[in-house]
This record gives sequence, structure tokens and C-alpha cells, in this order.
Amino acid sequence: MTEPLLRLDNVAMHFRTKGDGFLARRNQTVQAVDGVDLTLAAGETLGLVGESGCGKSTTARLITRLLEPTAGRILVEGDDIAHLDERRLRPYRKEIQLIFQDPYSSLNPRHTVGAIVGTALRTHNLVEKGGELRRVQELLELVGLNPEHYKRYPHEFSGGQRQRIGIARALAARPKIIVADEPVSALDVSIQAQVMNLLESLRSELGIAFVFIAHDLGVVRHFCDRIAVMYLGRVVEEGPRDGLYDAPQHPYTQALLSAVPDVGVVRGVPPRQRIRLAGDPPSPIDPPSGCRFRTRCWKAQDICATQDPALIERAPAQQVACHFAAPPAASLVAEAV
Amino acid sequence: MLLYILKRVLSAISVVFVALVASFALFFLAPTDPAGVICGNRCTPERVADIRSSLGLDEPPAEQITGYIKGIFAGRDFTNGGTVQHCDAPCLGYSYSLGQPVTKLLAQAVPVTISVVIGAAVVYLFLGALLGTMAAQRRGSPSDKLLMGSAITINSIPYFVFALLVALYVTVLPHPQYTSFLSNPIAWAGGLVAAWLTLGVTNTASYTRYARASMIESLGQDFVRTARSKGISERRVVYRHGLRAALTPLATIFGIDLAGQLTGALFTESIFGLPGLGVLTLRAFNQYDLPVLMGCVLLGAVVLVVMNLVVDIVYTFLDPRVRLG
Repeated sequence: MTEPLLRLDNVAMHFRTKGDGFLARRNQTVQAVDGVDLTLAAGETLGLVGESGCGKSTTARLITRLLEPTAGRILVEGDDIAHLDERRLRPYRKEIQLIFQDPYSSLNPRHTVGAIVGTALRTHNLVEKGGELRRVQELLELVGLNPEHYKRYPHEFSGGQRQRIGIARALAARPKIIVADEPVSALDVSIQAQVMNLLESLRSELGIAFVFIAHDLGVVRHFCDRIAVMYLGRVVEEGPRDGLYDAPQHPYTQALLSAVPDVGVVRGVPPRQRIRLAGDPPSPIDPPSGCRFRTRCWKAQDICATQDPALIERAPAQQVACHFAAPPAASLVAEAV
Repeated sequence: MLLYILKRVLSAISVVFVALVASFALFFLAPTDPAGVICGNRCTPERVADIRSSLGLDEPPAEQITGYIKGIFAGRDFTNGGTVQHCDAPCLGYSYSLGQPVTKLLAQAVPVTISVVIGAAVVYLFLGALLGTMAAQRRGSPSDKLLMGSAITINSIPYFVFALLVALYVTVLPHPQYTSFLSNPIAWAGGLVAAWLTLGVTNTASYTRYARASMIESLGQDFVRTARSKGISERRVVYRHGLRAALTPLATIFGIDLAGQLTGALFTESIFGLPGLGVLTLRAFNQYDLPVLMGCVLLGAVVLVVMNLVVDIVYTFLDPRVRLG
């Protein structure tokens, strides 16, 4: 088997926190990401979904090495970048770029758009002297901004335009992988569609592989080839888009999909079966023994508390971490998705 | 920008005018009679009246102040026992105790204070920003704790005690004295080193703390994370993205501090025997030398107003979102 473009091998990120006891101060460990395996082929788009606090953004920051993992390997074309220092990491920084969730705070308000987009060009020596401005203008045009606006500052743009600046910035390094951490969730719905269309066209034109993080399952289905579902720092199900949407096997995936708003009800289509999960996800400081989902799972048995289910292939290319994995009786996906 | 500066200068003039009238009212209309103070204990009423008329104190207050303002722009004449003395255009009157024009006294004191304050400012601004940045980068580490601990210790010592300790015990430094920069730059620098270090070190302590707090905030900003993800060097991330954002609050404090020090670094000047504005003001105050005191107040008001303007203009360079107007 050839080495994929990106492979996470049993990656973990444990944050140590200081307990708040005054005398008996206990140091605790937040297991934000705990043993994640993922692969990404060239030009492929992998969706990463899960509820707040499940470790999606931490995974994004591990892939881009803004964080150093506490365990595991991060392989880019076979090279482990998990513990490289800043200098040796630099060539890989070029290959993996990040689009941030918040287009307001992630752009330096004191730098012009030209400087924001151009820094990567200079840092990685991507243009010869004098060619920087032309390339910046090309990039601005590529993302649908007026190329003459390179002298402006971020605060002179709207949210959607600022996200386009962020995308131009990410593209400047000519990356092979772009990690998009909820790139549209901070934008208005009408602008979301524009930015999604831009990402879609960039993907097909430039052949960049995407790791696309979102909690909007509709957007993910539209955009991604493969999808990984995370729960409490683990990947619980991972597979090709159609297989996962049509026949989700992990109870959590089923619950997530059934939570997507059902537009058909308005037109008189009988409502589909909906799974409601009780309670909040457990704390990642002290996750449940065995299967992490068992505390909210309606299928849970004794074995779930003692044995941690491994991620096993249950359908073609579809891996599930559940002792009782099975597709649902009826489709859970709302027709509008 | 030019229009803005013009507007600010006009408003500055009105501020200085109000300060002038207010301090004039406070000093010249106070119950103590300057003539009596000058004359001393055994003084005949005739002599007092004589002094009063020579100083123009027998005129109505409104005329005194117009005379004072006219003196600033056009110069004025003083009659003293029959002789007429002409005082040239920026005339702030004559010192009661020294008999010299106030403008001349100020002209002697201002270079001293500027030399002391600017030299120290270079020290503390540079060191403070550097140490504060280093501490912020290593937040929570032993070196951060050591830096913050020493900063708080230095800040806790009263300034005059610190300055005295330096003056008494740090004997390796050249003897403090003021030489004009133009006549001998090396002697100028040598004579001021002690003052620069003393004023510089205490202020470095506070500026390290300001810079650290400000840097911790700016390094936590999302755009700093963006900068890191671009793959630029950590030094550039910290200085080009982090420190630049952290400088705005520092500039505010620096403007106020510098204006305060420029009106006289009293302890530094008196402990190191440097005849600057602080020493001049204090002596004028003790001797009830009102014209000198007035001159110092006027100069202080001008410095404060100018510094505020400078800080506001510096903002526009530090943060392009700031619009003047």
C-alpha cells in the first residue's frame, strides 16, 4: 500500500490542567484527543464531525502542528512531523494550511491584506523578487476579491470577504492539504453558500486535499468524500459519504443524523424516527470506562463498560467502533439533506 | 492629517490659555503678598509699596494678566527705581529672588531635564518592552517569576530611596554633573549615566510589567495563531505580530509618563545635583518666586498638550484602524 498524503496514527493530545483546590491541588488531564487514526489521500476531502468539545478543532491544530501531540505519529507523505522543531517543520507548514473559523480575529488588524497574503510567499520563497504583488493580486482575484484592494486593512472588509482573505492566505503557500476548521460557521447563511461554492471550485480546480471540520451535516454531505465522526476525543465511525449517510452503524452517528432538521414535515411527509440522546457528553477529564459513548447509548450492555470497542470495518471501507454496530431499520436522513 | 494637527494645535492653545489664567489667578491673587516676602521681616510700608509698583502688583488683576500675556508675545518694560528694563519678546518676567529673566532660567534648566528624561526613556522603553516580551513568552517559568519578582521589588522601593542608594553606593559610575551636549558630548553622557540608570531601571520595572501583560494578551490573539500557521519564524511572530499589537497600550502610558517627567524629574535631579526643571520649580516654590513658578506651570501645560498630540499621532502608525478626526 502506498503511503497516503496524510496519516494520523494513534494521535493523542492530553492537556494538563491545574486543579482548583487550594491546599490539595490536583493536576488533571483533559484527554481532548485520545488515539485518533485518520488518513487523507491526495485530492480527497475528509469531513470531521461531532458535537462541541469532541476534539475536532484540537485535531485540526494537531494536523497543522500548532499543537504538539502527546502521543502518536502525524505522517505527511510518510514523514513523521509530530515532534519536529519549528525550523524543520517549516517545509511542512507550507504543505498544510489552515482556514480559521473566525474571520474577524484571525487576521492581524495591523497588517494590510497584501502583507497578510504575501507573508507566506516570502517566507517560503515562492516568488522571485518583484513578483510578490502580482501573485497577491492573482490570489485575491482567485478568491473573488478585487485585486486592487491589497492595500486595505482587514477591518475594511465584510465577514465573507474576510474569510476569502483567509482562504487566499492559505492558498498562497500552494498547500497540498487545507484544514478548514468550521470555515463558514461564523458567517451569515447567504454568505456561507458563497464561501462553500468558492471552496468547492478551488478544490476541483487546484486538486487540494481538504480536512473539513463542521457540525452542519448538510454542508459536510455536500462537500466531503469521506466522513469521520468524533465523540469525546475518539473517532467512532469513519467511512465513505454515501455509506455513512445511508447506513450509519454507530448509535452516535445515527443520533447525529436523526437530529438534522426535517423539512419534509412541513409538506406532510410523516416524520422520521428521531433519536434523542439524554444528558451531556461526559467530561474528557474522566471519560467512561470501555466504550466512551455507553453512558448515553440505548444499546449499551455490560460488555460496553469493560471492553473498549475497536474501530473495525463493518461495511466496505466503513469502520465502526461499537460492539453492537448495525445499520438502522429505516433511513435516518432527512430528505432535505 | 494636516488639518487634524491644525485643529489640535488650536485646541491646545486654548488649553494652555486656560491653564495660564487659572495659575495666574491662583498665584498672583493669593492672600500672601509677594512684595512682603521679598522685602523680608523688617520692612517699611514705603519699601513694600515701592516693590509692589516695580513688580506691577499695584495694578488691577486684569491688567496684570494682559501685561503678562503681552509680555509673552511682544515683550514688556519693567520700571525699577527709576530705571527702565526691557524684557524681550517671549517675556515671562523676572525672577524675584535671582533677578534674572525667567526665560533664561528655563532655557538653562530645560536641556538638563530633557537630557535626563530622554536618556532614561530610551533605557526603560527598550528594556521594558524586551524583558516584558521575554517574560510573556516564558509565562509561568522560573525566569518569568524571577523577572516579575525583581520588577515588583524594585517598584516597591520608594523612588528617592532607590536613587539615594544608587548615588551613595554605585560609585563605579562617573560623578554626576551636567555638561552641555554641544560643548562636550562624552562628558555629557558620562555625567548623566547615573541618572539614566536610576530613572531607567525603576521605570524598566514598571514597563516590563505593562509589556508582559500586554504581550500575554496579544500573543493569545487568533491572528498570532494565523501567523504561526504560515510558518514564519517564532521571532517574527512575537515581534512583528505580537509586540506591535502590544505597543498601543504602552504608548498611552509612555506619553503620560514622559510628559510628567519632562516637567521635572525632581528626585533624580536633586539627588544627582542636576540643575533641571524639577529643581528650578522646587526652589521657586520655596522662595515664593512667582514668575518662575508661572513659567514652569506654563511650560508643563505646553509639554502635556504636545505629548498628548504626539501619542495620538503615534497611534495611527501603530494601529491602522485608528482614524484621527
